[in-house]
Amino acid sequence: MTERVSKTEMVKRIQASSNMKKRDDVNLIINCFIEEIGSALSKGERVDFPGFGSFSVSHRAERKGRNPQTGEEITIAAHDAPVFKAGKDLKSRVKEGI
Amino acid sequence: MALTKALMAEKLFEELGLNKREAKEMVELFFEEVRSALENGESVKLSGFGNFDLRDKSTRPGRNPKTGEEIPITARRVVTFKPGQKLKARVEAYAGTNT
Repeated sequence: MTERVSKTEMVKRIQASSNMKKRDDVNLIINCFIEEIGSALSKGERVDFPGFGSFSVSHRAERKGRNPQTGEEITIAAHDAPVFKAGKDLKSRVKEGI
Repeated sequence: MALTKALMAEKLFEELGLNKREAKEMVELFFEEVRSALENGESVKLSGFGNFDLRDKSTRPGRNPKTGEEIPITARRVVTFKPGQKLKARVEAYAGTNT
């Protein structure tokens, strides 16, 4: 279960199953995806891909933390964080892999 | 407005000049390839974005919230997403909140 697919490998696979002639073009497309999702989330917008999942922004309140190296107590400021929720199809396809 | 598959295809058309059919196809292909990698037990690392990781969960006791009846939740594999530094930094900067 430890195999890890990099972006380069992903681009290769997507090209293989598409009609795209140049790998560079597929790379541009994937970068455009990443850019658009990031841009939507940075504006606090939801991103919904039925069958795959959704990305949204979740607010994190200020909390106390600790520097694990020094043990010093620090305040972690309130901030927003991206969250992913797997969709039905993705969930059910992955579920049985155990 | 929420970003959808249709809007994503529209962006590929605007930004990269793909025709509408191609754009739609690439959106579907992208999700399908990520899904099938995860289905085959591979985690997916998209630099500049984040990692889709897999976690194996063992059986645990659950309950039907309506009837209170106890039912075991079967062992399963689930997908988790760990945002990368770049994505985190972009989202963190968003000042408002909608929840």
